[in-house]
Amino acid sequence: MPRIDIARADPAELIACPQCDALYRAKMPAHGERAVCARCHTVLIAPRKRAGMIIIALSAASLVLVLGAVWFPFLKISRQGFVNEATLLDAALSFTGGPLLVLSLAVTALIVLVPLARAILTIYVLGPLVFDRPAPPGALRLFALAEALRPWSMAEIFALGCAVALVKVADLANLSFGPAFWMFAALVFLTVIHDRWMCRWSVWEALEHGYTARQRKVPA
Amino acid sequence: MSAAVTAREAGFVACTRCTRVWPMGTEHCGRCGKPLVSRDTHSLSRVWAWWVAGLMCYFPANLYPMLRTQVLFTVSEDTIVGGAIELALHGAPFVALIILVASVAIPIGKFAAIAWLAISVRRGSAATPHARHRLYEIVEYIGRWSMIDVFVVAILTALVQLNLAASIKPGPAALAFALSVIFTMLSAQSFDPRLIWDRADDDNDTGDRA
Repeated sequence: MPRIDIARADPAELIACPQCDALYRAKMPAHGERAVCARCHTVLIAPRKRAGMIIIALSAASLVLVLGAVWFPFLKISRQGFVNEATLLDAALSFTGGPLLVLSLAVTALIVLVPLARAILTIYVLGPLVFDRPAPPGALRLFALAEALRPWSMAEIFALGCAVALVKVADLANLSFGPAFWMFAALVFLTVIHDRWMCRWSVWEALEHGYTARQRKVPA
Repeated sequence: MSAAVTAREAGFVACTRCTRVWPMGTEHCGRCGKPLVSRDTHSLSRVWAWWVAGLMCYFPANLYPMLRTQVLFTVSEDTIVGGAIELALHGAPFVALIILVASVAIPIGKFAAIAWLAISVRRGSAATPHARHRLYEIVEYIGRWSMIDVFVVAILTALVQLNLAASIKPGPAALAFALSVIFTMLSAQSFDPRLIWDRADDDNDTGDRA
C-alpha cells in the first residue's frame, strides 16, 4: 500500500510536483541526470556538477552586459546628414509626457532593472553557498523574489525588438547595430544556459540545510 | 501505470514555489514563505478577472495607432495590423510575419487558450490532461514575447529623431498593448495547473466505475 506508506513519511523527505501535485520521495539523481514527474513530465530535480559556480559566473557576466548595454548605443541611424545614436536609457525613457510615462517606467524595469536585480540576487544568495558558507540573511525570501521576477526579465525580447526595428525603418534611413545590441544578443544565450544549469530544488534544499547536506539525501 | 498519489490524497499540502511538502493545514511554507493552499479555489476568478482586463486593453491596442511617423511634412499613423501590412508591401514580409505572429496571433491564441483551459477545468474536456498541460506551458512561456512590439516602438521613438527629416512618436495603442500583455501574463500565472490533473482523476474514476 504505497499510498499509506508515503502518507506516513516525513514531509521533509518528500517532493510534490508544483504543476500536478504528484507526490514523490525526494531522491537526488546522479549529476547530469534528471528526476522527472511521472505524471506530467515536469522536471523536478536536475543537479549538475559545479552548477553553483557556473550560475554565479553567468550571473556576473549578465550583470556586466546589462550595465554595459545601458551606456553603449545599440542602434545608430543616419539620414540626410542627421545622425542619431540611441542607448538603452533613451529607449526606456522615450515615452515621456502624460500616461505614456508609465510605459517608460515599465520598459525600464523590464529590460534593465529586473535582469539586473535577478543577477544581483542570484550572486548574493548562491555566492556563500558555493563556498560552503552558511546562507546569507534573508536568502530564502530573496531567492523566492528572484524566482518571481523570472518571467518579467525581458532583455532577450528587447534584443529581437532591435532587429525588428532595424528592418522596419530600413527604407527611412541607414541603420547599424551598436555594441549594446551585441551585448543583448549575448545576454539571450546567457539566459538560456543559466536556466539549463539552475536546479531550483537543489538551491532550496541547500538554503534550508546547507550546501553539503543535500548529498546526504542520496539514498532513499 | 498506477495513478500517482497526490500530496492532497496523502494528507499533505505542497508549496508550488519550492516544492516542499507540509502537513495539511499548514498556512505558510516554512521554507520560502509562500501561502499554502492545497488547491487554489480562487484561482479561476483571478484568471478571469485578469483575462477580461487584458481583453479590454487589447481592443484599443488594435484600434488606435501604435506609431506616428513624420517624414518631412507628411505624417502617417500606423496601427499594429496596418504597420505589418505596410512592411509586407515594402518587401519585408518576414518581419511583417514576426509582428503579426507576436502581436496578433499570439495574443488572440492566448486569450482563447486561457479561456478554454479555465472552462475545461470546470466542465471537463475530451482532451487529455497531458495535452492541456502542454498548452498551459506553451501559453506561460510564449506570452512575454508579445512585448516585442512595445519594445520596437520604444526603440524607434528613441532612435528616429532626426528633426524635420524623420521622426517617430508613440501612439496611445502602445500603452494599451503593453497593459494587455501584462494582464494576460498575470492571468496565465493565476491559473493553478493542478486543477487540470484533479479533473483528470475524477474523469478516470467515473470511467472505472462504469
